[in-house]
Amino acid sequence: MGIILPGQTDVTAYGQAGRSTVEGYDPKVHDKFFEAVSTELNDKGFLVASADDVITWARTGSLMWMTFGLACCAVEMMQASMPRYDMERFGMAPRASPRQSDLMIVAGTLTNKMAPALRKVYDQMPDPRYVLSMGSCANGGGYYHYSYSVVRGCDRVVPVDVYVPGCPPSAEALLYGLLQLQKKIRRNGTIRR
Amino acid sequence: MSEEKLLKIAEQAKADFKEGLVETIFAFGELTLVVERERIVEVLQKLRAEPYRFHQLIDLCGADYPKRARRFDVVYHLLSLTQNVRLRVKVMTDEVVPVPTVRDVYPNADWYEREAFDMYGMLFSGQPDLRRILTDYGFEGHPLRKDFPMTGHVEVRYDEEQKRVVYEPVKLTQEYRRFDFLSPWEGAQYVLPGDEKAKA
Repeated sequence: MGIILPGQTDVTAYGQAGRSTVEGYDPKVHDKFFEAVSTELNDKGFLVASADDVITWARTGSLMWMTFGLACCAVEMMQASMPRYDMERFGMAPRASPRQSDLMIVAGTLTNKMAPALRKVYDQMPDPRYVLSMGSCANGGGYYHYSYSVVRGCDRVVPVDVYVPGCPPSAEALLYGLLQLQKKIRRNGTIRR
Repeated sequence: MSEEKLLKIAEQAKADFKEGLVETIFAFGELTLVVERERIVEVLQKLRAEPYRFHQLIDLCGADYPKRARRFDVVYHLLSLTQNVRLRVKVMTDEVVPVPTVRDVYPNADWYEREAFDMYGMLFSGQPDLRRILTDYGFEGHPLRKDFPMTGHVEVRYDEEQKRVVYEPVKLTQEYRRFDFLSPWEGAQYVLPGDEKAKA
């Protein structure tokens, strides 16, 4: 992203219009990308994009997550959705029902007793569905790896898309993991089930 | 101050329970009464009433000493808010001899006894609902016994063919490593490197 010099009107690349915080910002100079979008809308009244892009964009923009808070990680998960980190600005919101959620955040220690319930909830989620494993315990048993009652990683029970390390991971780390998941969805977007 | 109170309670208990009281231990500012197993209900009833007023059962737990003939302890922790003292009561038992339930004295003992049964396998007579409470459905063994392997006997996995979570014998990809040579609790069984001349 380049810096806009005063008097410079010819912005060559997309995304170069800068921000109001940048020195020399000129409100009259518009970003080419948005200008093109705006012109197209004004001109034709519609936009053209590939269906794939639109679909993946829609998916990344509304990752309603099934809360599966099992231990202390759940506190960090709540923290991530609270105003400080505010997951809602990415269109994510906690959803109490698996039938209406796109993503399951496995936050905490998955025990043997809970494993069938976790799988049941996962099976109830509609496609496309994603799983984010949060914290050492969900990733591979963590502290309880050798325990008699703990599943050694929730990927033994459900397929996992993103692993977030940490014990517990900070809310920032979780948010970063979710952005990685969005990237993953954008990259290998498909409408096949 | 609570030390004097506890010693007074110990004296009183000796007078009240006589041969029902096996042993009185006073250590680290805490009083422990070891009681005959068959008389535990009576003892707790008396401890709950005047003049002791131990109205609360804080916890009921177990302990396993595999080398002892009666290997299990059942430990009752009592609190008297009016006297501001705590008391520990112990009874000894083994795998087959049941301990009388105290849920008629302290109703909250119900789940505690189920937990002790779940973790150690000691039995409670008169307990109408002696089921497992914490471990998995169909769990075998009692995990807090000293002879229970830490990793247990089964692990779970989702089976793609059966479309359900299945139980399998434990297969550890990496053995548990014992780092007890530096354990501050157990100490080393051999001479630590650098310590060769320490005792000489």
